[in-house]
Amino acid sequence: MNTAQAKKANPRKGLSPRQWIKIDASGMYYKDLNRQIRGLAEQGARKFDLQNVYGQRYIGTNLWATERDKIRIRVHGTPGSDMGAFMDGPEIEVYGNAQDATGNTMNCGKIVIHGSAGDVLGYGMRGGEIYIRGNVGYRVGIHMKEYDDKIPTIVVGGTVQDFFGEYMAGGRIIVLNKFFEGNPPVRQSYFIGTGMHGGNIYFRGDVNIEQIGAEVNVIEPTDAEWKIIERYVHNYCKAFDLGERKVKLLKREKFWRLYPKSTRPYGMLYAY
Amino acid sequence: MLTAQLPEFNVDRDEDRCIQCRVCERQCSFDVYGYDVQNNVMIHKEENCVACQRCAVLCPTNALVIKENAYTYKQNANWTREAISDLKKQSETGGVLLTGMGCDKPHKIYWDHILINASQVTNPSIDPLREPMELRTHLGRKPDSLEVKDGKLSFPDYPKVELSTPIMFGAMSYGAISYNSFKSLAQAAHEYGTLFNTGEGGWPKELRKYGSNTIVQCASGRFGIDLEYFNDAAMVEIKIGQGAKPGIGGHLPGEKVSEHISLTRMIPEGSDAISPAPHHDIYSIEDLQMLIHALKEATDYQKPISVKISAVHNSPAIASGMVRAGADIIVVDGLRGGTGAAPKILRDNVGIPIELALAAIDTRLRDEGIRNWASLVVSGGIRNAGDIFKAIALGADAVYVGTPALIALGCTVCQKCYTGKCAWGITTQDPYLTKRVNTEIGTQALVNLLRAWSLELKELLGCGGINSIESVRGNRLQLRGIGLESWEMETLGIRGAGQ
Amino acid sequence: MKDLSKVNNPYGDDKVISQCSIFGMMNTTGEVFSGKEIITAIRNMHERGNGLGGGFAIYGCYPDYPDDYCLQVMFDTRANREETEIYLKRFFHIQHSEEIPTCPTEVIKNPPDVYRYFVQPKVEELHEIISDDDIVIRRVMKINTTLDGAYVFSSGKNMGVFKGVGFPEEIADYFCLEQYDGYIWTAHGRFPTNTQGWWGGAHPFSLLDWTVVHNGEISSYGANRRFLEMYGYICTMHTDTEVVAYAIDLLARKHGLPVDTVMDIFSPPVWEQIDRMDPDDRKYFEVLRSTYGPLLLNGPFAVIIAHHGEMVAHTDRIRLRPMVAGIKGDMVYASSEESAIRLVSKDLEKVWIPVGGHPVIARLKELAKDDVVEGGRELLKAEGMEV
Repeated sequence: MNTAQAKKANPRKGLSPRQWIKIDASGMYYKDLNRQIRGLAEQGARKFDLQNVYGQRYIGTNLWATERDKIRIRVHGTPGSDMGAFMDGPEIEVYGNAQDATGNTMNCGKIVIHGSAGDVLGYGMRGGEIYIRGNVGYRVGIHMKEYDDKIPTIVVGGTVQDFFGEYMAGGRIIVLNKFFEGNPPVRQSYFIGTGMHGGNIYFRGDVNIEQIGAEVNVIEPTDAEWKIIERYVHNYCKAFDLGERKVKLLKREKFWRLYPKSTRPYGMLYAY
Repeated sequence: MLTAQLPEFNVDRDEDRCIQCRVCERQCSFDVYGYDVQNNVMIHKEENCVACQRCAVLCPTNALVIKENAYTYKQNANWTREAISDLKKQSETGGVLLTGMGCDKPHKIYWDHILINASQVTNPSIDPLREPMELRTHLGRKPDSLEVKDGKLSFPDYPKVELSTPIMFGAMSYGAISYNSFKSLAQAAHEYGTLFNTGEGGWPKELRKYGSNTIVQCASGRFGIDLEYFNDAAMVEIKIGQGAKPGIGGHLPGEKVSEHISLTRMIPEGSDAISPAPHHDIYSIEDLQMLIHALKEATDYQKPISVKISAVHNSPAIASGMVRAGADIIVVDGLRGGTGAAPKILRDNVGIPIELALAAIDTRLRDEGIRNWASLVVSGGIRNAGDIFKAIALGADAVYVGTPALIALGCTVCQKCYTGKCAWGITTQDPYLTKRVNTEIGTQALVNLLRAWSLELKELLGCGGINSIESVRGNRLQLRGIGLESWEMETLGIRGAGQ
Repeated sequence: MKDLSKVNNPYGDDKVISQCSIFGMMNTTGEVFSGKEIITAIRNMHERGNGLGGGFAIYGCYPDYPDDYCLQVMFDTRANREETEIYLKRFFHIQHSEEIPTCPTEVIKNPPDVYRYFVQPKVEELHEIISDDDIVIRRVMKINTTLDGAYVFSSGKNMGVFKGVGFPEEIADYFCLEQYDGYIWTAHGRFPTNTQGWWGGAHPFSLLDWTVVHNGEISSYGANRRFLEMYGYICTMHTDTEVVAYAIDLLARKHGLPVDTVMDIFSPPVWEQIDRMDPDDRKYFEVLRSTYGPLLLNGPFAVIIAHHGEMVAHTDRIRLRPMVAGIKGDMVYASSEESAIRLVSKDLEKVWIPVGGHPVIARLKELAKDDVVEGGRELLKAEGMEV
């Protein structure tokens, strides 16, 4: 259904915010798809079910000035890069894998990915939550930041690749390293948290010193931090319909908190 | 005899500030200061002042300003103050003018006419602080190709040295510089993972523990040489020439040959240490091959052998011959290369700038398909990390720095090294002066220099989207010329800015 | 002597810069398949190109002439063709020649005339002993650098490159590629930033049966090029893709190194990682880096390299350009974006993001124990990252 058709269908009273509107994205250009969603949202629709998505970019990006925090989008297929870029409020659920730069500079909202995600997820993310059931690629959480009550959070169910949390300036990332998959061996990643100067990474499993950047300290989480981990793992289980009892098991698992040694890692770098 | 020389510098003392503590008097090794007890004032012999600034830096009340003397002769583009003063000195003495440090004439500094590239959009610049950025450098012959036999890599295993950064300390002998300065160089090279060069004045036994960070020289004087000397080092260098004084030898006066220097150089105390102009076993290129292989034989083919020449007009052809003669590393020292003592007439007039020699040599070796056979190290006039980056992009594998290391130790480039009176305690053997270099502080200063320049090199790599120094080596597309004539850019193998 | 660099690099830049989409697929049993799927896949990444270049490489497409070099040549004019044919007849036995079938469309403007020649080199014309491959390379270079209006853009046996100015799907239509079958297909959509696009400058770039499609810019171009020039390669096109092709020719064909070693040369681990390896591996990388350091490909790139029997997907060592690999039965896929693979193969058995600098190598089953390997040593003691 395109915008014109939608207007025709509901000429006066607008579209129902409770009804899931199906859109078949097969062969659709991303601009047309995103415009259609926006058009429907302007008429009152709030729930979108996108079918056959193959690489359309910027899903969720242009939904500003609507009641954006009520908008929900389900994506079936493989959304294109920059999904949720600059996103400010909507909730996206992907039944499949996401590509690169998901949640780029995202401000608010939530993204749930049932599969894995590519590189540079959450670049410069300022707020909101991203849950990934599978693994993530290179440079995830790069330069996430926090300010006041805006603390962006990412939970990764699987593994991470190199340069994870690079330049991280705030926010939190929890890495479960396949805990809910029965703990298969995981690939080691390197250069974790290089240049980190804010925020926290909670990492399940052992971290060798050669895997992390010089700016990072490793310590066991405090009880208060455990509460945060539990809260988000609880959300994670809810997002993916996992038995919540398992969250309790997690407590026995070894977690490490990776945090910056200093908020000014390069204070000694320059001559007077 | 009355001298017609005017003092080169003025000592400007603020009498209101001066507290007559006599620090200046004790610090000055050139006898500029005296103390007039009766009047409680300091007196000056300005004609002795060399503007080393030791007194000004140490004056507790900042009462001293050392200034260039404002005296002037009639303006003359030809007969400058320096020309007149030099001539008068010679007419008074009948001698050859001596000087120290590198050529100070305003020949074109090509580094300052070369600009560096950066990545914008089409490739990302790389953040050197957070992503790997590699400066590690290996010097020595490289194979032309490798082979895989039965699934295993087979390769000729040429001897090599490894550097953590492509910066080494150039040859400065114990004798030319003080023991503390020499030791600081050794310790800093060791701490930072690079090499220092002993020069030709031998190698004190107690410093041999830094052998893996040491290059020993085999020069025409053959001082302090035995098999242990070669085999304790990481690399052996045959010194043919030096940028400051191509084609001539050297002379350490007997009064500097102290007990320890005598032991190190293996010559009697108090005797002159004379380095002949040529090696008397090298009168031709095939003789060089003989000496190179003698050294290889002496070191059981375990050490790379380098050969150092000064940059002269036909350096490319000479370099090609050196490589074919078996040199694993060739070192070229340019016009502005430093020295402890050299005739001024040679220093200022003989040789060519290192930038041009380097580019021409790298091009020639590539044209001949033998660039892999030897590494190329350059020196002479390198002042900062930008110069180093440009040298490497023009084709160098690494650089030697001498003057920068001395400046880090305190030197102010007053050019009086040859007098043996260095007030900073660097180029002197006077025990009263040499203790002015503290080896701990000196080592730290040198390590700081290496660290700072390495960080800056990484910044320069990163801004060009490159994360390993081998991708800069010979990558002249990273460079552009400005204010150069077309023949100069052609020689450098670079294009003009905006082209 | 004509100057190809003037044609391909009209503004005389250091090199031609272009970024792109790439896709490759291979059947590891050697069974051939049509181009339908790869055309669909590369069309899906339309956004990554700008219509100034597209192309394909097909392996196994000329089963009737399996042992002849197939020279595919573009000509500006009929006179250019006639002159070139005289040259070809002098140095080659021509087994068969024909005009390459095209289906003109509105979007393809000003195409050159394209012909193909199935040839064997005339050894008797030489006074030295060199291989057939070297003769072919020499003659191809000669044509490309001296004969006006003629450019050989494909020269392998039982394979062909098809490329031109346009979006890749338009080039596929123009060359009627749906009618071809092959067991490896690679494709490229181009986004050059400093040329109007020239037919010969599109990807794949090829030399004999080696082809390269490439995304990204190689910052080490100047160092790579000067090293290759020392071994006699003349970089006529001023593109970094050309440099990759010559580097492969030097390392794989002339120096006889296996393809995974070649990839280790292009993207070696950083020294810090090498230092932690066991002594054998450490030595291996030390020797590779110190010998072939000038061929380290620095800066962002993702390439799909193919020749008969092998398809290699490879990225730079810190993975600045995207690459996704997938497997379904005997089919192996590599792509800039996962969505393009998903579009043509719905139920993949495995999809993964290869580790930066570690090639994914698909091989014919008959040639290798493992038909798909992910290369690299140190990082992959654990398995590749499965999605």
